[in-house]
Amino acid sequence: MTNREIIENGLWKQNPGVVQLLGMCPTLAVTSTVVNGLSLGLATAFVMAASNASISPIRKYVPGEIRIPVFILIIAALVTVTDLVMHAYVHALHAVLGIFIPLIVTNCIVLARVEAFAAKNDIAPSALDGLMMGLGLAMVLTVLGGMREVIGKGTLLSGLDLAFGPAAKQFVITVVPDYHGFLLAILPPGAFIGLALLIAGRNWVESRKHGASVANVSVASCH
Amino acid sequence: MSESPVSESVVRHTLTTTAIMIVFTLVGTLLLVTTFFTTRAPIAESERQSKLKLFEQVLPHAMHDNDLLKDGVLIPAGGDLGNREETLAYRGRLAGQPSAVILEATAPDGYSGDIKLLVAVRADGELVGVRVLAHKETPGLGDYIDIAHSDWIKKNFDGQSLAKTSDEQWKVKKDGGSFDYMSGATITPRAVVKAVHKSLKYFAAHREELFSAAAVEESAHD
Repeated sequence: MTNREIIENGLWKQNPGVVQLLGMCPTLAVTSTVVNGLSLGLATAFVMAASNASISPIRKYVPGEIRIPVFILIIAALVTVTDLVMHAYVHALHAVLGIFIPLIVTNCIVLARVEAFAAKNDIAPSALDGLMMGLGLAMVLTVLGGMREVIGKGTLLSGLDLAFGPAAKQFVITVVPDYHGFLLAILPPGAFIGLALLIAGRNWVESRKHGASVANVSVASCH
Repeated sequence: MSESPVSESVVRHTLTTTAIMIVFTLVGTLLLVTTFFTTRAPIAESERQSKLKLFEQVLPHAMHDNDLLKDGVLIPAGGDLGNREETLAYRGRLAGQPSAVILEATAPDGYSGDIKLLVAVRADGELVGVRVLAHKETPGLGDYIDIAHSDWIKKNFDGQSLAKTSDEQWKVKKDGGSFDYMSGATITPRAVVKAVHKSLKYFAAHREELFSAAAVEESAHD
């Protein structure tokens, strides 16, 4: 597979958020703001690139029977390292995302890419695949976070100061001034509705491109 | 019974697989141990900083000149304060004289789960400030108790005391008390008012022992 194909797959054709529908737990849970969605998305992308890159070179030494426990062990170790490093250096952001970082381990998109790609390919394409799939997910989390934040709170980028210090507060954009909020968008149903709209939007773009309706049915999905 | 060569190779295979699993476990453990020890100091420091930042919101620098985190006092669980786990209260002192206490109070009866509060009480029993540490109230409805969303908590509690407001008045206005609430979310402020009231009563009853008890340092705890 060429690099171009890997990038296209991660960001669009096989996008984990709106096509594969893997990793629903963070997609639905943290996307109440742009900053939350983007931060967890980037953390996930980092873990995916790192786990794909570290599993690809050892794939020939891991017997088939124990590959899942070994993969999970490596992913869990990488996530814990990410968790500790974030706790140490971006403490405020860690306070917001804290409970979701360990959950990256259970995000099946990570294991899915390791199993489907890194276990069969060389290190460079594997790392690229992990990164691109991660960025594809981060993209969905960010857009969904943006939709929910604008509709729910009337702002964009609120909470940016958590990641970059109080100075970043001035970058918060108030889209609708004196907005009283639309609670539904912030609460969990808003996440489901927003995600459904994104999936529908992507399918619409695809079907227009191909001139016919593309059946895009994802059967297997997990949190 | 004859040992077939098949079972021998099964044994060998099992042993190799186990050995490989153990090697990976060891490497993983090593990685975690290294990261844990390198990040331990920065994590402790940033926890300290964020705690101090919170303390400063309820108790301004001008009101104490000691290191709050080194002057804790242990409050056992299940006492008058109603905390389910043992917590630390922090004492502020000015030139060696007790000036204020920061209590960690829990309102167990929020709309959805516990509301954790930081309550700073001056030595004379007047509230310096109250802040919400953690809550799970409905966003956009009950979350006005959080200073990030409104200054309700400031307006209603700064400068309050048991002397200024009688016991029957420690209720939201809807229940005949003197504290504001926003319609549609009364359960949340009700819980906060109750918890702050409880903290003040606790302070009034335990003032002497709070200030005289031996200091417990933050790091010695947990």
